[in-house]
Amino acid sequence: MQDNKIDWKKYVIVFFITLTLFATASALSNYFGNKKIDQLKLIQDKIAIDILSSETQFSLLSELSCKNISDSVLSDELGELGQKLEWGQENLGNSDEVSYLRKYYSLLQIKDYLLTKKISERCGVKSAFILYFYTTAENCSECEKQGLVLSALRDKYEELKVYSFDFSTDLSAVKSMLEIYKIKDTVLPALVVDDETLTGFQDIDSLEVHIKESFKLQEKETEDSKARSTTTIKKSN
Amino acid sequence: MNSVSSTILYIFAFFSVYVQVFFLFTFIENRKKIVIRKGVTKLAKYPGVTVIVPCWNEEGTIYKTVRSLLHLHYPQDKLKIIIIDDGSTDGTWHALKKFSGYSNIKVFKKENGGKYTALNLGLDHTTTEFVGCLDADSTAHPEALVRIMSYFERDATIMAVAPSVVASSSKSFVQKAQRSEYYMSVYTKKMLAFMGAIHVTPGPLTIFKKKVFDDLGKYRHAHNTEDMEIAYRMQKNYYKIEQCNDAYIYTNTPPTAFTLYKQRLRWIYGFINNTIDYRDLLFKKKYGNFSTFTVPAGVISVITASFFIGRILYNIADFLYSKFVAYQTVGFDFSVNIFQFDFFFLNTKALIFLTLMIYTSVFFSIVLGRRMTEGDWRVSFDLVLFFIVFSFVAPFWLGRAIFNTLFSRKPAWR
Repeated sequence: MQDNKIDWKKYVIVFFITLTLFATASALSNYFGNKKIDQLKLIQDKIAIDILSSETQFSLLSELSCKNISDSVLSDELGELGQKLEWGQENLGNSDEVSYLRKYYSLLQIKDYLLTKKISERCGVKSAFILYFYTTAENCSECEKQGLVLSALRDKYEELKVYSFDFSTDLSAVKSMLEIYKIKDTVLPALVVDDETLTGFQDIDSLEVHIKESFKLQEKETEDSKARSTTTIKKSN
Repeated sequence: MNSVSSTILYIFAFFSVYVQVFFLFTFIENRKKIVIRKGVTKLAKYPGVTVIVPCWNEEGTIYKTVRSLLHLHYPQDKLKIIIIDDGSTDGTWHALKKFSGYSNIKVFKKENGGKYTALNLGLDHTTTEFVGCLDADSTAHPEALVRIMSYFERDATIMAVAPSVVASSSKSFVQKAQRSEYYMSVYTKKMLAFMGAIHVTPGPLTIFKKKVFDDLGKYRHAHNTEDMEIAYRMQKNYYKIEQCNDAYIYTNTPPTAFTLYKQRLRWIYGFINNTIDYRDLLFKKKYGNFSTFTVPAGVISVITASFFIGRILYNIADFLYSKFVAYQTVGFDFSVNIFQFDFFFLNTKALIFLTLMIYTSVFFSIVLGRRMTEGDWRVSFDLVLFFIVFSFVAPFWLGRAIFNTLFSRKPAWR
C-alpha cells in the first residue's frame, strides 16, 4: 500500500515561489517598457529642438538664403518615431504614457508639415505633401490598405512627405485640421493632397496621379516665380 | 478578444512555471537520496524474475536484446526469458531459433494481436515472483536488473520499479535531439517517484511483482499504451511505483521526424485517452500527488501547448493574409529591407521572461537528468537540437492526437 499523503505546505510554498517569479517577470517587463518610453521621449525632445531650431533659422535667414535651410530632413526621424510609437501602442502596457507621446508626435508632425511646406514654397524644393487621417478606434481594414499604398509611394518618391493622424487623437491642433478639411469619422481613411480632400480608400494609381499633379503644379509655380523675378530684375534694369 | 487570449495565456504560463518549480523543489528536497552505483550490486536474496520480450518484425534488433538479457548480472537459474513472436512477417522467428538451446528461454509464436496480447501470453506462462517486459528494440545494462531488484529488497511495499531509459544510438539529428529528452524524462520520472506519482511504467524493463497482475488483472489494449494504463491502474489501487535512476536501458529511438511523430502521436493519444478513462482519479486526495499533480500537470501541458500552437498558427495565417492584402494593394514589393537591430523592437513583455524561465528550467532538467544517469555535468550540443526539433515536430503530434481523440480515430502502432 502506498502512503498517499499530500504535502499541502509544499504546494503552497511552490505557489508563492511561482508568484514571485511572475512578479519578477512583470517587473522586468515594466523596467524595459519604461526604458523604451524614455527613449521615445528623448527622440521627441530632439525632434522638437530640431524643429524649433529650423524655424528660428528660417526666420533669420529666409530673406537671404535658402541654401542653409533646405537640408533639414526631419521627416525621416519623424518616420522612425512614428514606427516606434505604433509598435509601442501595441506592445507596451503603459498606454496612457504612449497615448500622451502620440499626441506630442501629432503636434510635431503638424509643425514639421507647416515648416517644410513653407521652405518648399519659398526655396523651390521639390516636394509633395499628403495628410493622412485614419482611425485605430475601430477595425479599419481600408486604413491598413491605405497605409500600404502610402508606404509604397513614399518609397518610390523621395520628395513625398506623408503625415499621418489618428482621427481619435484628443488634441486641438488635430481637431482644427479635421475641421479645416471637413473630415468626418464616417469617411476614413481620408487624404489631403494640395488642399484637396480625398475620402475613402485611394488606390496606388489614382494617388500617384495626384502626386504627379502636385509636382507639376509646384514646377509651374517655381517657373512663374522665376519669371516674375526675371521680369522684376529686367524692369529694375 | 486579444486581451482574453492574453489572459488565458498568462494563466497557462503560471501553471507551466508552477510545474517546473514543483519539480525543482522536489529535486532540492531529495537530492541526497539520488545515488549512482558504479560497481557490482549484491543482493541478500535473488528472487525469480521473468522477462517477457514481445516482438513484431524485429529481426534486426531481437538478437541484441536477448543477448543483453543473457549478460545480466543475475543468476541465470533465477532469470526466465519468454519471447513472444506476435505474428512477425519478417525473419524474426528465424532469428529466435538461435536461442532454442537455452534452458531459461521459452519462445512462443502467435497470431498478431498487438503488444498487450503478447505480454498477456507471457504472463500466463510466468511462474516467478517478479515479472517485467523488455521491448525488442532495447538492450539492458548488465547491472540494470540487480539494481532494480535492490529496490524491492529495501522496501517491501514497492510493487513496480521503472528503469532509466536512455537513447542508444544517436546518428541522426532527430535521435540526438531525443537523447536530451530522454535525460529529461529520467529526471522528471525520478521526481515523480519521490512524490509517489509515476504515471507510466515503460516497456523497457519495468519490473513488477507478479501480484500486481494477479490482483489487478492483465494488460489491456489501453489505446496502444498498455504501459501507461497499468500505471494508472496501480495508482488507482494505491500500488507503489519506484524509479531506479542507475538501471540503464538503452532503447532505439525513431530516426526521422516522421517516425518520431508517429511514436509521440501514440504516446500523447494514449495519455489523453487513458486520462479520460481514469478521469475519476483527478483531484481526489486519496490518490495523492498522482491525482493532484501528475495528471493535472500533464493535462495543463497538453492544453498549454495546444493553445500556444493555436496562437502561432493564427499569427502565421494573419501574417500571410496581411502579405496577400499587401500584394493585392501595391503588388510585389521587391525592395530589400536591410535588417538593423534596434533594442526598441525587442519584445519585453512579461510572457517572454516567463517563457525564458520555463526554458531555463527545462535546460536544467536535461542537465540534471544526464547527471543522474551518466554522473557528469557536461552540456552537449544535442540540447540545442532538442529545443529545435521538439518545437517544430511537437505541434504536429499534439494537434493530431487531439484531433484523433475528438473524432475517435486511433493512431497506428508504427
